[in-house]
Amino acid sequence: MAPQSRPSTRFRPSDVVDFVIVGSGAAGGIIAKELSTAGHTVVVLEQGPRLSERQFDHDEFGTFMRGHNINDPATQPHTFRPTPQETAQRRQVLVYGRLVGGSNAHFTGNFWRMRPSDFNEASRLGGVPGTGLVDWPLSYEELEPYYTKAEWELGVSGEPGPFDPPRSRPYPMPPLPVKSSGVLLERGARALGLHPQPSQMAINSRTYNGRPACQHCGFCLIFMCEFRAKSTSMAVMLPLAEATGRCEIRPDSYVAQVEVGRDGRATGVTYFDAQKRMQRQRAKAVVLCANGSETPRLLLNSASARFPQGLANSSGVVGKYLMFNTYFEVSAQFEQPLNEYKSVQNTRMVLDFYETDPKRGFYGGGGIDARFGKYPITFALEGLPRNAPTWGEGFARELARQFPRTMAFGCHGTSLPLETNSITLDPALKDAWGLPCIRTTYRDHPDDLKNAAFLGGHATEMAHAAGALAVWAAPVVAQTLAVHLLGTCRMGNDPRTSVVDRYHRAHDVRNLFICDGSSMVTSSRGQPTETISALAFRAGEHIAEFAKRGEI
Amino acid sequence: MAAGAAWAAADLIEIEDALAFASQQTSANLVAQTRALTPAQAEVVSALTSRILPAVDGRPGAREAGALAFIDRALATFNAAQRPLYTQGIADLNRRAQARVTRVTGFAALTSGQQDEVIREIEATPFFQAVRLDTIVGTFALPSWGGNRDYMGWHLLGLEHQMAFQAPFGYYDADANRRN
Repeated sequence: MAPQSRPSTRFRPSDVVDFVIVGSGAAGGIIAKELSTAGHTVVVLEQGPRLSERQFDHDEFGTFMRGHNINDPATQPHTFRPTPQETAQRRQVLVYGRLVGGSNAHFTGNFWRMRPSDFNEASRLGGVPGTGLVDWPLSYEELEPYYTKAEWELGVSGEPGPFDPPRSRPYPMPPLPVKSSGVLLERGARALGLHPQPSQMAINSRTYNGRPACQHCGFCLIFMCEFRAKSTSMAVMLPLAEATGRCEIRPDSYVAQVEVGRDGRATGVTYFDAQKRMQRQRAKAVVLCANGSETPRLLLNSASARFPQGLANSSGVVGKYLMFNTYFEVSAQFEQPLNEYKSVQNTRMVLDFYETDPKRGFYGGGGIDARFGKYPITFALEGLPRNAPTWGEGFARELARQFPRTMAFGCHGTSLPLETNSITLDPALKDAWGLPCIRTTYRDHPDDLKNAAFLGGHATEMAHAAGALAVWAAPVVAQTLAVHLLGTCRMGNDPRTSVVDRYHRAHDVRNLFICDGSSMVTSSRGQPTETISALAFRAGEHIAEFAKRGEI
Repeated sequence: MAAGAAWAAADLIEIEDALAFASQQTSANLVAQTRALTPAQAEVVSALTSRILPAVDGRPGAREAGALAFIDRALATFNAAQRPLYTQGIADLNRRAQARVTRVTGFAALTSGQQDEVIREIEATPFFQAVRLDTIVGTFALPSWGGNRDYMGWHLLGLEHQMAFQAPFGYYDADANRRN
């Protein structure tokens, strides 16, 4: 049996631990496990509460409409503007998991590797004018062992598709059972000469390392798994970290600043505890894994006389090049019941349009999966075609008939890195702790929206080819809601144009490391979690080695 | 199969009678227990919920699922800011009902056909949109929020609430999953 989370080790804030890690999600959990198993003492500070599987529920209203387990707009408001010329308005644009386990605890489970082409796309394409598209400072070959490590240590179900990059080991588990949506996607894709393949999911298709197989209850999207069948930091990494006896996960700890000594080295962090009392956790080194919005905010909130632009921001790049990934959905109704409310979100996908093709006339690519996107409330509000009745007997009949017969083709696409798309501090708005709030500036590059429409066109064709009775989609519009928060502390070799080096060490502060979605140089094809996980395994290994060699 | 269909049809009439009775009981109980709405206001909201999402084809609707209980609880707590919208919207509905039918006490006393005519006059208003949203949430949110009694809302969608299912899940994956 895999170890259950059993909090035991406790440090005092005044103890100088080896590492304090801010954030307990995909990256924070993995790095905590890597560093603690390598012999280091670790405190993980998580702003949200610690919940057990017994406290999870299937509460669509609470989760989607009342802010349960996510950043709370009442206490952590943020503002939004499309362009820097506009005044930002209060608006909930960014959504992330606010609990031990982070967004990773409630993620859908999609686990895609990037391809070799993702790492050097800028130089292969000759760049995209007016954007910040650059190559990664590492290659697929360098990251491949850590993709494999992520798949085996966490537990991933899948099988390689025809376009998949080379891999050193097969998937640890076979794919999950196909759903009706997957069969229909296969039918439509094959009719069009495309290449459907099983979805690669961080969800157990059989018992794995003491955790059970998926029970197909159907509540994965923004819900945590009661069975621990989802292979998350919460279910897998944090228990291993705690089992070392060297790692404390400290929930309800909202970090305010990274503190820096007179020598320019990080000395720890200040944070508010559950009673909103200011605490200071001292550490030999600091690792930020707070996601692509909170990590840059924390650096900007840590400005000091020595670092007037914000910590680790001599480049001025902290917070810039924010990328959301486009998501566009095509809905389809079929004659017979699919019962998509059962089992995981998606079981089949098409990656034929992954690569950028200059012949299309725009940058970008992505994947299309067959999925169930709507729980009962959302389905009743927006699950029927636009011409369907919205109240009365016709509405009631259509809901009952179509709920089991509807599926969606989810189109996951690229976002170009733009300097103007950014996380900054709102000049006026403060959160419930008195800290400056996040101000998001974001407008999709026109190519991102063209790519979304392009993928949507292929999804529409697939739906028709699969025999759908009705196919429809909302128009492609600018994105104003994001769960993928990427690129805001990009990695690179040049300290003038990037925040962290190829080992996630801040260029400006020797004992400060940053690893999460903010590290990403490009946006992936819409499913970044496996890349964040692989980066975290790689960062954890290197940071532990630096520590052993006295290089921190 | 024909015999089965006949049986189902016979049963359907009984089910609808039973549902109608249960609906009256549910609605009477809920109206008596409201905290934010007066009993008279609750009658109007209850009638509205049953026109937004009526019981059809032997399936329960929003009234049977107790959407009113959710709406009232929400208005008494986290949705208190919408109480003026509800109060004014309900009064407006009653005025429209009285203008339409002489000596009628209010919207709740109209026939369902007359209620639909009144709703068509106001379906673009913020009040109706709010009641529609709340009716949907009250029918489909977890019962712990006050509505969706015994998961009736989920039943009407054909959603069985179970913590575990086994493949095949639907019509189109039956062959693929039987092969495996």
